[in-house]
Amino acid sequence: MLWACLRFPGLAFAAAFAALPEDVPGALLEDNARRRTVAIVNPAAQKLGVQRGQTVAAARALCPGLVVRARDKAAEAGLLAELAAWCYQFSGHISLAPPQCLLLEAGASLRLFDGWSALSGKLKVGLAALGHAHTLAAAPCPAAAWVLAASFDGCVVQHPEQMLRLLNDIALSRSGLPAKSVQGLRSMGFRRLREVFALPRPELTRRIGRDGMHWLDRLRCHANEAIPAWQPPATFFQRIEFDAELEGSEPLMFPLRRLTQALANMLAARDGGVQLFRLRLEHAHESSTEIPVGMAAPQREAARLFELARTRVERSTLHAPVRALEIHAEQLPTFRPPLRDLFDPVRGEGLDWSALDERLRARMGESALRQLSAVADHRPERAWRRGDGSTTPLADQRPRPLWLLQRPRPMRPTPTRVLAGPERIESGWWDGGDLRRDYYIVGTRQGQRAWAYLPAGSHDGWMLHGWFA
Amino acid sequence: MSAIAAEVQQSIAAPSLAQVLEHPGIWRRSSQHQPTVRAISTGMPSLDARLPGGGWPLGALSEILFENDGLGELELLMPTLAAMTREHRRVIFVAPPYQPYAPALQAAGVDLRFLHEIHATPTEAAWSMEQCLRSGCCAAVVGWLPDIDYRSLRRLQLAAETGDACAVLYRSAVHAAQTSPAALRLKVSNSNEATYVDVIKSRGLLQGVTPPMRMRA
Repeated sequence: MLWACLRFPGLAFAAAFAALPEDVPGALLEDNARRRTVAIVNPAAQKLGVQRGQTVAAARALCPGLVVRARDKAAEAGLLAELAAWCYQFSGHISLAPPQCLLLEAGASLRLFDGWSALSGKLKVGLAALGHAHTLAAAPCPAAAWVLAASFDGCVVQHPEQMLRLLNDIALSRSGLPAKSVQGLRSMGFRRLREVFALPRPELTRRIGRDGMHWLDRLRCHANEAIPAWQPPATFFQRIEFDAELEGSEPLMFPLRRLTQALANMLAARDGGVQLFRLRLEHAHESSTEIPVGMAAPQREAARLFELARTRVERSTLHAPVRALEIHAEQLPTFRPPLRDLFDPVRGEGLDWSALDERLRARMGESALRQLSAVADHRPERAWRRGDGSTTPLADQRPRPLWLLQRPRPMRPTPTRVLAGPERIESGWWDGGDLRRDYYIVGTRQGQRAWAYLPAGSHDGWMLHGWFA
Repeated sequence: MSAIAAEVQQSIAAPSLAQVLEHPGIWRRSSQHQPTVRAISTGMPSLDARLPGGGWPLGALSEILFENDGLGELELLMPTLAAMTREHRRVIFVAPPYQPYAPALQAAGVDLRFLHEIHATPTEAAWSMEQCLRSGCCAAVVGWLPDIDYRSLRRLQLAAETGDACAVLYRSAVHAAQTSPAALRLKVSNSNEATYVDVIKSRGLLQGVTPPMRMRA
């Protein structure tokens, strides 16, 4: 087991400020309602003397150009979760250690990534690209990794003896013990962990409490600890805001591609698919437009998701300029790739039916593609319906025409000869759609064969209802 | 001089007529070499006998030109479509002019789970027919596209080749005189209360001039 700890000193600042230049002094305030005191300062402000615990007035007096903002703990937690989601590609077991650390179980991934140096290299490069300053340390147990990350950046220890040697030199203030215990130990004259490790157990427990003792045991890998694993969220949400309002659907394609790519990455990380997601276009003064994009089967390829989203967006009318684009995916079912025989010859584009079905529905709408079902009803209009191909046929039926007219219309000119009939259909008294008709198979002068009826008992008033095509 | 002229004459020896006729670009009606046509049986032996390959050509476009509704033009295709759906292969109807009637389709032997209808505007109908043909997952695509032009017909023909599907297009018989890239063209007409099916174009050799097939006497 090798646990890696990533510490992000600038996380709180990154969550509160979108982007603050390095030389601008900034401070974050505590969420207190009573007194507004400084909680976190960046190095530029620290140089000018602003410290944690000062009031805003004092801080401003020391540094006139200080940029001050309230600390947003929710945003910090969100940002830490996002970083955990990003790290999910390197390890299957991630744990959050708020306020600014992540623990990764890297031992299981070492083989895949060809050793620690390759893995840590990828981590560092990726985090630098995302723009987060970080320190990284690895140790056989998570508590030790956490402590080492604060003091030694880039150190990796694989054996407990090595780890103990490093831990011995750590000052008590950075050891992770609660401040009261640290103060008590310092007043007794202890400065480093090695001195504390040498103390007898029962007496030390009485001084720093069972929790403190438990923490020291965890540091030395003597305690079995179960770290709660962070689970990737079961939903996906991302939002892109635009600097200027975008008109029309063309300029939306670039951010749409980014959003569908992000969705595809997240699906690949959790080995799942998506069957329905929503796009939300926000307008300045009007209510947002929602565009649902649904698929016949779960998909996860970025190109396919983008193609479907693009056809839907192009088909919908945008009545106002768009200033933000969001993507919401709530249901993420597992993905099952379509089964293919190795020796099956792939014809044409090799699409399977669900892919073709989606493509047609995306362009022409949901109701464009239909199937039929037969219903057990004597009335011709009701003997069929839009369905899925299931049938409950009537037994012993006379010949029926392949084409049925949507509505029977008067037959002009009247048929020249009667080929079969009459078939009396009298039905439907129970739901108000009762009819009494005599159906005949008739021929016209041009040699067409039609299915026409006369109202029951009469001899004229031919109504055409179908063609024997 | 005459010796040199005679020599030149000999070197540019004119090929004999037999050699010219063996050129592959020349097709003679009575030649022994017939192009192989892959086809699926129509289910009617008298029609199979008149078609090259013995049925509807696969991977190609067939046109059925009919004078009026109700002459039996769709009945021609029913046995093949029914056989395809029974083998669990999909059949698509694109822009049918009337409602396909489920009980009649069932009586003809079609498994309705594998029959799909597409209702679309004329431009979308041509596009969707092309998509279905190209995809390779539809066995037959039957379309009713009244105002189709030569270029779109050519596209449908290519799409049918790509997807190795059987494409059938129903058009009015007024277009019989127009050229078309379809591999097979049938004309369904009526005379004296009987329907006649005439093959007006086909790939490959027809054995002599055959009289039109009679159905529904």
